[in-house]
This record gives sequence, C-alpha cells and structure tokens, in this order.
Amino acid sequence: MPLVGWIKSGGTFSGRPLLLKRSLQSVEDNFFFADRQVTLVRESVASGKTVSRRDTKGWSGVSDGRDVRLPPENAAKQAAEHRESFMHLNFGRTILAGVAMAAMLGAAVVPVEAATLRMAWAQDATGLDPHKQTAFSSLRLLELVYEPLVRLDAKYNVVPAIATSWEFSADGLTLTFKLDPNAKFSTGESVTSADVKASYERLLDEATAAAARANFLSIKSIDTPDPQTAVFNLSQPDAPILVAMSGTNASIVPASAIADGSIGTKAIGSGPFKLDEWDPNVKDVLSANPNWAGGKTGVDGITISVLPSESAIIDSMRSNQTDFALFNDPLVATLIPGEPGMTLNRIPGLAYNVLQMNPARPPMDNLKVRQAISCAVNRQEVIDTALVGEGKVTGPLTMEAYASDPSTLFCYKQDVEKAKALMKEAGQEAGFSVDVIAATGEPPYAANEAQVLQSQLAAIGVKLNIKTMDLKVYVDTWLKGDFDMAVAQNGGRPDPYPMYNRYFTKDGNLVNVSNFTDPELDSLLQQGRVETDPAKRKPIFQQFEARLAEQAPWVWISSTVTYTANLDSVKNYEINPSGLLFSLSKATVGQ
Amino acid sequence: MNYLAQRLLTFPLVLLGVSLLVFFAIRLVPGDAIIAMLGTEAGLLTEAQRASLAQYFGLDQPIVVQYGRWLMGLFEGNLGISVTYGKPVLEVIIARFPLTLELSLLSMLIALAVGIPAGVFAATRADRPSDLTVRVFAMLGQSTPSFVVGLVLIYFLSATFRILPAMGTFTPLFEDPLGNLGQMILPAITLGFSFAAAVTRISRSAMLDVLSDDYVRTARSKGASQRDVVWGHALPNALIPVVTLSGVEFGYLLGGAVIVEQIFALPGLGRLTLDAISQRDYPLVQGAVLFIAFNFLVVNLLVDLAYAALDPRIRLGGK
Repeated sequence: MPLVGWIKSGGTFSGRPLLLKRSLQSVEDNFFFADRQVTLVRESVASGKTVSRRDTKGWSGVSDGRDVRLPPENAAKQAAEHRESFMHLNFGRTILAGVAMAAMLGAAVVPVEAATLRMAWAQDATGLDPHKQTAFSSLRLLELVYEPLVRLDAKYNVVPAIATSWEFSADGLTLTFKLDPNAKFSTGESVTSADVKASYERLLDEATAAAARANFLSIKSIDTPDPQTAVFNLSQPDAPILVAMSGTNASIVPASAIADGSIGTKAIGSGPFKLDEWDPNVKDVLSANPNWAGGKTGVDGITISVLPSESAIIDSMRSNQTDFALFNDPLVATLIPGEPGMTLNRIPGLAYNVLQMNPARPPMDNLKVRQAISCAVNRQEVIDTALVGEGKVTGPLTMEAYASDPSTLFCYKQDVEKAKALMKEAGQEAGFSVDVIAATGEPPYAANEAQVLQSQLAAIGVKLNIKTMDLKVYVDTWLKGDFDMAVAQNGGRPDPYPMYNRYFTKDGNLVNVSNFTDPELDSLLQQGRVETDPAKRKPIFQQFEARLAEQAPWVWISSTVTYTANLDSVKNYEINPSGLLFSLSKATVGQ
Repeated sequence: MNYLAQRLLTFPLVLLGVSLLVFFAIRLVPGDAIIAMLGTEAGLLTEAQRASLAQYFGLDQPIVVQYGRWLMGLFEGNLGISVTYGKPVLEVIIARFPLTLELSLLSMLIALAVGIPAGVFAATRADRPSDLTVRVFAMLGQSTPSFVVGLVLIYFLSATFRILPAMGTFTPLFEDPLGNLGQMILPAITLGFSFAAAVTRISRSAMLDVLSDDYVRTARSKGASQRDVVWGHALPNALIPVVTLSGVEFGYLLGGAVIVEQIFALPGLGRLTLDAISQRDYPLVQGAVLFIAFNFLVVNLLVDLAYAALDPRIRLGGK
C-alpha cells in the first residue's frame, strides 16, 4: 500500500498489528533505517524527486515495491505516528533514540527549497502558437510561457506585465507603453519595443491567421522611439484595445522567432516558466524561467498530465498523484469539497450559458415569439436542475464592472401568462415545434440544460426537439447558423465591445451565427468603443444590455463558474479567472 | 511461388486499399482541422486567414491531389507531418508504439499463462463440476466488456485499497521498470481477462477433440502416463487453434487498446489515433491506421508460419 494511502487510512502502526506483530529485531531495523529515512526525506524534499523502492528497502510501511513521493506534511505526520506508536511500545532508551530520530525527521522537512507541481487536466493544449490558439487549455498552458504587454487581475483591472506603464493621448489616437527593462525571454535576451512591434505586425498579418486580429484593426502603425518605448498609432479611439492586449492571444514573442518561423514549434516567451517538453495529450513539462522579470517562481517546475476525464483527475488527486487540477464540469468539481485534503477554488467566469434562437427563421423572426420564449424560461430553475446550482442568473453582460442587475432586464422573472399572451399576439397560440442543437459534453451539462428548457417551453406550446451532436459537427453547424435554436456556452470578454461586436453589429464576424442586427445596438456598441471614460461607458453598455435582453435574439441564462482544485499541500495559489495557471507562478507545494 | 514471397507481395495491395479507405473516410467526417483547433472562434477568421490556415493544414488542394501527394510521400517512406505535433508522423507513432507493444505482450502472457492450463484442466475433467466452473468463468470473462473490468479494477485496487496507482504521468519501461509495471499491470489484466477467457475456451475444446483421437488412444495403450499423454502428446496438436486465436487477438491489441488506454490514461497507439481523429489530424490518422494494418498483416503472416513449425504435416502454399 502506498505510504500516503496508508497514512491517510489512519496509519496502521497502532490500528492493524503491522508493527506489533513484528519481532523486536524488526523494530530495531526500523531504528536503523530511521537514520536513512531522514536523509532520504531530506533529499527527496530538496530535489522534489521520488524516493524509490531501492532506497526504502526495509522501511516499514513502504514495502509495496513502488515509488513513493513523500510530501513533507505526511512525512511529519508519519514521524508523529512513529513517535506515538513507539511510545506505546515503551522500549526504553533505544526507543528514545528512535523518537529523537523521528523528531529529526519532522524537523528535516520544514525548509522546502524546490519542488515540482504535478498538475492534471482532461483536455490538453492543441498547439503552441500563442497568436493562433483559442482552445481553453492552449491559452492556459501558454499563459505560463508567454506574456502580453498587460495583464488582468482577479477583478479584471489592467495591471502591468511586460509594460510597466501606459497612456492614451488626449485625443485617444496614440497609446504609449513603457516596457519593463528587466523583461527577458527565457533565452536571456531582453524584450524590446522591436519585439512588440514585430509581434503586433504578425498578429495583424492575415497570413498568420491570428485569432485576435479583429480586436486590433484600429492599429495603424507602431513606432519604437527607443527599446523601452512602444507607441501604437490608432485610426480611431479604441478603449477596449487595452483589455484585448491583455490576452494570451496578444503575447509578445521574440522578433527573431518570427523571422525564423519557430513559433509554434519552440515556445520562447518571457513568462514565469519555459516549456521543456510538449507531448500532446500525454504530458507537458515546464521548468521555472530564471530570467522571468516577476522574480522567483514558487515551484521549480510544473508537470501537466493529461488524464482521460475529470473524474479520473479526482481519483488521481485522491491517490496523491496530482497536486493541482483544472475542472470544467460542475458536476465533478462540486464533489471536491467532500474530499479530505483537497480544496476547490471557484470564481465566476465570463462565459455564459445561452439559448440562441435563430431570428432569421420563422417563427423566431417575430419579436413577440422570442419575447414569449424569454418570459417562459425560468432561469434559476435551469441552474438548479441542470447545473447543480452552480452559476448565477445573468443578462448578456457577465463582467461585474458593466453588468446590470438581472432583475431589471426584460422578463427575467418567469411569467408564463405573459408568455402565452405574447404567443397569442404573434398568432402562435397553438404553439410550434423547433429543433434545438446541443454539443455532447460541451459544456458537460448541455443536454440536461436542453431538457429543462424543453419542459419549461412546453408550457407555452413550444416543442423542442433536442439534437445532440459531436462538438466539431456542432461547431460546424453553429458557424453556418444552420439551426433553429442552439444551447451554447459562449466565451465572454472583460469588455462588452469585443464580447458582442462580433455577433450583433452588421460588420461582426459572427453575424451569420446570430442572424440578428439592430441599428440601436450597433450605435450603442460604437459609442462604448470610442468612449474612454469608464464612468461614461457604463450607462452606455447598460442601455445596450437592456435593449439586447428586450429584443431577445437569445435567451441568456447563467454565468459560469471557473474551477481549480488543489491538495492542501499547495499553498499561495490565488485563483484569477484571467490567469488560472499564471497564478501558479507564486504557488508553492509541500509546506 | 514461395509462400512467403507470395504473401509479402499482397502486402502493398492490402495497404493501398486501407490507405484509400482511411484517407477518404476521415475526410467524410464533418469539421476540419481548422474547426478542431479554433472551435467557434473559427468564425472570426477572414477569408485570407482561412486560406492561409487551409494551406498550412494541406486542405487547400482537391482531395484527389491530396491523396496523390500523400501516396507519393509514402513511396519515399514519408508519412507526412502531424499537424498537432508538428513532427513527422512516423516519429510520433514510433514514440507511442513501445507502450502498445508492451501492453499487448503482457496481456498475451497473462492470457496464455492462465488460459492454456485452465483449458487443459477443464478438458481433462470434462463435464465435471471443476470443468463447469472453468467454463462459467470463461463465459463471464468473454462477455464482460473491458471498460467494466477496468473500472472495477480501478475501483477496488486503486481507489479503495490503494494497492496500485490508477493513473498519473506515465513512466516508460526503461526509465523505471518497476514503476512502469505498476502502471501497466492493471491495464494488462483488463485486456488479458477476456483474452484469457477466449484462450481457455478454445484450448478446452481443441483438447477435447485431440483427446479422442486415435493416436492419443495408442499412446495410452502403450502405457504413457496421463501427464505425458496430455502435455506431451495431445497439447502440441491442440495448440494450433490457440495460436490462430492468439495471433488474431495480438494483432488487434497491437492496434492499440483504445478503451483501456483511455481508462488508464496510457499514451499508446489507440489513444493517439483517437486523439488524432478528434483533432482531425489527417496525416496522423492515416499514418496510424496504416501502421496498425501493417502490424496486423505481419502478425498474421507469423501465425501462418507458426503453424508449419507446430505441425510439420502442414505445408504452406499447397504444393
């Protein structure tokens, strides 16, 4: 039995007669080895490596023949149990010597110099080019390796990263960044304004196929008056651009790596870690970047294992094979608080669950029908039933800084009578039948959500036929706008403009998906974009949100929750929704 | 013509058929590599961006041209570049193959070590309670799906009693043989379970057949002991169907045990192929399937050659 499990099961020294049955000789063997144990534990703690069977031969409780990793807290606990059980046995002076050994064992594990954090996730990164990747795990992995000019803190405030300060000109047409003179790539080379210029030019080049290009179209040119200053000349005032620059998709990469085309194969960044090995869908190995301007990282490295499912990750954490993990599925994540020695960290995310209607197709082209559907939905019930109570009822805006109180939005309190009246006004008293698409497993509760909506909408005669499909097929269908309705989980942005510009303005890239534009929404988004004063932006976006909820092209249901979990041996991790893994840069393991 | 040469000549034809099938089948699946990489964000791409990605993923040419190019590459021993790994396909496959080979060998070892003695034992006690017990177990073994066996093993041995680790980072055999074995034994048992059941059933019925043959009766009348008769005279002849079964089964296992690798988080060929399909990594899917087909052909050939070794009366190739 592994040491850890053995200790967790109550340390059978005193329980089962493991030790008691042994002869005095074997007890003395234990003392003999106690000395070796101290050294081994010291070594294992210092190197973060495992203690192998060869090293622990004769070491009681570790005779299972497998390698064990010895977290110091457990070692200390083991020491305590040694002490306790030996005292019970009361063998006199020899025992006291043993107790002293055991006490030393406890003392030896206090200073932690180095450790590797063992992380797991169920979905690995899909590529290494920070400008091209959009998959959740790719962005999380790359935020450890690359840095953007600025970052967001847990409250979505813009804070320094490579840039130490920034300033918009009075007319809002230039944005000037001062770069951190200490910022260095993992190769040791300084990050200069030339790298910034080259990175943004790469982003804007259509041949790059950069995911975030659409957010940076107002960049006219970039000047580099000196190596520590980068000046962005804009074609129009663009308040949200700063937030867009905080994403991993706007990472600064070395100009030399752009020139030799090695981005995507070698990940050279200025972030807290460097990527030593990427074995897709198996494991990712990172080690601390000694050149990181942010200082020393809390751990020497991170190993990320790709496990088949999130419940497998819980198993792995239970058997102390994994220290830290990301979770997407609330059904799995909510199991963690019941597990001894594990902590669940949760924070509201910006992504939202939504029932998308297709206003290009009758009868959803009728505003009253859409409104009737919005009124017939009981959002809290969807959360309670399909989402195990995780998340909050939300309007279109999920970021705290701009969101309105959902109860002020159109029909956010279920009103079946009103819904029926609206159906009647629309001439749809008899109801109708439509298909709703949902992706299998993405989000994990999509099918449950669709079923709850199905039963709620049945009350007003709207019959939903649920069609679940493989994610890629779903995405294909979704991008073509080839659906009556869709249960979706869409990503959010800290700023309303980039979040909805794509869907609800006539030039939006995803207007084929929403099939809905409205001049008023268009103009409100544009006003919000050019207004740089946050106090003035808020009422503009609240008006936008109210209008969108009332026009009801979609029925916004709930905000999502982002989860991470760790063993209690992981300290100093503070969850940050826009830097779930970046926050690991100061985390320590095994104290 | 020499039997071996004849068989070897059919290899390219079979492989060509397989390549055609997999090449076009994978492209019939909706969603391409661009969607697999970008998800819904793929909708944000401009035409020029999309074209540039299509070119990168090799999707910009008509499908027949793509096939032609790929085939030409094959003749040069080049299976293409995996779009997820950015490495040559063959290199990626070879890196995953040792695990699959080890797992296949281990489970075959378990299957033969358990199955043959159990089958022989049952045959010599035909229709007695001990035979019935073995047959019930064999039936159970064959009819229990591997994911059930795997999950039950994980539940009891890893989660409840913590005897073996369920999963973590995979340890390669040569880095740490014991650690590796600890990780491999549960999956090997899972795979070996139904394999052993099949071996038991086949060796039992083959043994029963052989035991009623004249030469066995002759051996008995000449005073050979029961042990000599069973293990010395009868077993070698009873082994032929066991070899056939094991060969076919081994060939399947070499294709990667998709479900078991998935349950135990083992980075083998099965999981590689599955991931490649879900990421629409066409070159990798094609390469992996071709590699699996090739292994299957080789194993089958070896099985045929083994017949001749087991029974000199069998002449391969007729004449």
